[in-house]
Amino acid sequence: MTTPTSELEPVPVGQLAPFPLLLGLDTFGDVTHDSDDRPLSQAQTIRNLVEQGVLADQVGVGFFGIGEHHTGDFPLSAGDVVLAAIAARTSRIRLGSAVTVLSSDDPVRVFQRYSTLDAISGGRAEVILGRGSSVDSFPLFGYDLADYDELFEEKANLFAELLKGGPVTWQGKTRSPLYDQDVVPHTELGAFPAWIGVGGNPNSVIRAARYDYSLMLAIIGGNPARFAPFSQLFHRALEALDKPQLPVGVHSPGHVAASDEKAREEFWPRYLEVIRRLGASRGFAVPTPESFAYEVGPKGALYVGAPETVAQKIAANMRILGANRFDLKYGMGGLTHEALMTNIELYGTEVIPRVRQLLAI
Amino acid sequence: MIGQNLWGSRRLRVAVLGAGHVGPVIARVAVEAGYDVSIAASGDPAKIALIAQLLVPGAEARWAADAVEGADIVFLSIPLHKFAQFDPALVAGRVVVDTMNYWPPVDGVQEMFEDGDESSSEVVQRRLARSIVVKALNHIGYHELDEQRRPAGAPDRRALGVAGDDRDAVAVAAEVIDRIGYDAVQLPSLSAGRLLQPGGPLFGVPLRRNELEEAVAANAA
Repeated sequence: MTTPTSELEPVPVGQLAPFPLLLGLDTFGDVTHDSDDRPLSQAQTIRNLVEQGVLADQVGVGFFGIGEHHTGDFPLSAGDVVLAAIAARTSRIRLGSAVTVLSSDDPVRVFQRYSTLDAISGGRAEVILGRGSSVDSFPLFGYDLADYDELFEEKANLFAELLKGGPVTWQGKTRSPLYDQDVVPHTELGAFPAWIGVGGNPNSVIRAARYDYSLMLAIIGGNPARFAPFSQLFHRALEALDKPQLPVGVHSPGHVAASDEKAREEFWPRYLEVIRRLGASRGFAVPTPESFAYEVGPKGALYVGAPETVAQKIAANMRILGANRFDLKYGMGGLTHEALMTNIELYGTEVIPRVRQLLAI
Repeated sequence: MIGQNLWGSRRLRVAVLGAGHVGPVIARVAVEAGYDVSIAASGDPAKIALIAQLLVPGAEARWAADAVEGADIVFLSIPLHKFAQFDPALVAGRVVVDTMNYWPPVDGVQEMFEDGDESSSEVVQRRLARSIVVKALNHIGYHELDEQRRPAGAPDRRALGVAGDDRDAVAVAAEVIDRIGYDAVQLPSLSAGRLLQPGGPLFGVPLRRNELEEAVAANAA
């Protein structure tokens, strides 16, 4: 069945794909604490998030993404509304989901919300579709997790049809059929960018290629280099389907502060607490000082440190992965709003220019 | 009986069923350990040919029945919620390493695994009545499985548990785990495999051989 690797053309991974370089920020809207380590209200966390998005625009960050969650730790169940508020106060930054849990949503509704955001923002909307590691939306909206694959497959297919812009005719098992249905608002500038977020399942990579989505690699633990074959798989799958190449992006967690020590001191206790709590339900192993040291080191998935440290790591991994997009997932439950603002400012003013410089060489 | 007598004369044949998160990683480390590896998903191997080429160079993508035919050991790495549709006849007479986990918050509630307080691999064994089921590789993350391999004798070599009721089958699985790059620690029974499950004391915990042996002994007492 298999073709020997030697008969295949080399894949240009290791060099940047021919797409513009874009560096962004993602957040799950983790509830922040005040300087006395007391949690802020969910409402205040959301208002602060708008300020964070506005600052990101001011300091030159290319994208601001909000991940859908439905828990007290991450009260961002309607991130598109927050993005609309940011859109009204900004002019350059691209705005999107990171991710939209498409399986438990209605693709028509997701399209309508983000095409509305696209209108408000003058063509700056994006979506990243996926599951994330959050599954809370399934029981909330009456879906069975065991149906995840079928739900995602069908809805990714329908959403790809909606992105094409014309009247849609579609039939499936997971929602009512559409016959020559006009879905509004229409976008002014054609389809907005749409990505599928992939955590480690190669079938999701092939699915992204099949429906013309760009590929966002969510790398939250372990050596990022192990995802290089996923990038290759995406390029090869597009080739095999006779489709043009599409962008590849990376989403990874991190925290930027004035020095490596400060960044680690701020991040580690919050990371430990969050992973310990989430791990109970999602099966993440509890981090140890040793595992944390590995993850923040050159072979780990966390981008925690001074701007130079983080920039070097981003540039190195973008090269290895053939990525033209990198989104730093900033924030970790319990950090202060002020620490997050500093993180955003350093990322925009120091990390991004440095990564551009490193990748231009 | 199954593996050790044959070991000297030819390479052990490994079949991996599942081409999702876990299967390709197991297949790759098995190829790199020197085994003759086939990988299969639920349908036509053409559908996973690219995955096999790029993620598991050296392994062959096959129909599941062809992969299992002639395999000395079968790794079952399908999503647990698909197990109810898995055909037991496919692996009849084989040693099956169950690498799956039952995880209701992620996979949804599966009635089959909700009854009583058995380990999930005992439920798998009951359904795969004509196979010999061993529980292993379920308690290490799939990316860790790739990255934490070490040569025998390395001071930081991680230990992994192997739980089963059939000594020969457990020995074959332990041999494979050792060659992949981990110390294999045998648990006394398939039932004891519950220690390795989500919520169990050994799930996701990186331990050296002596630490894992002590933890098994302490929890068996």
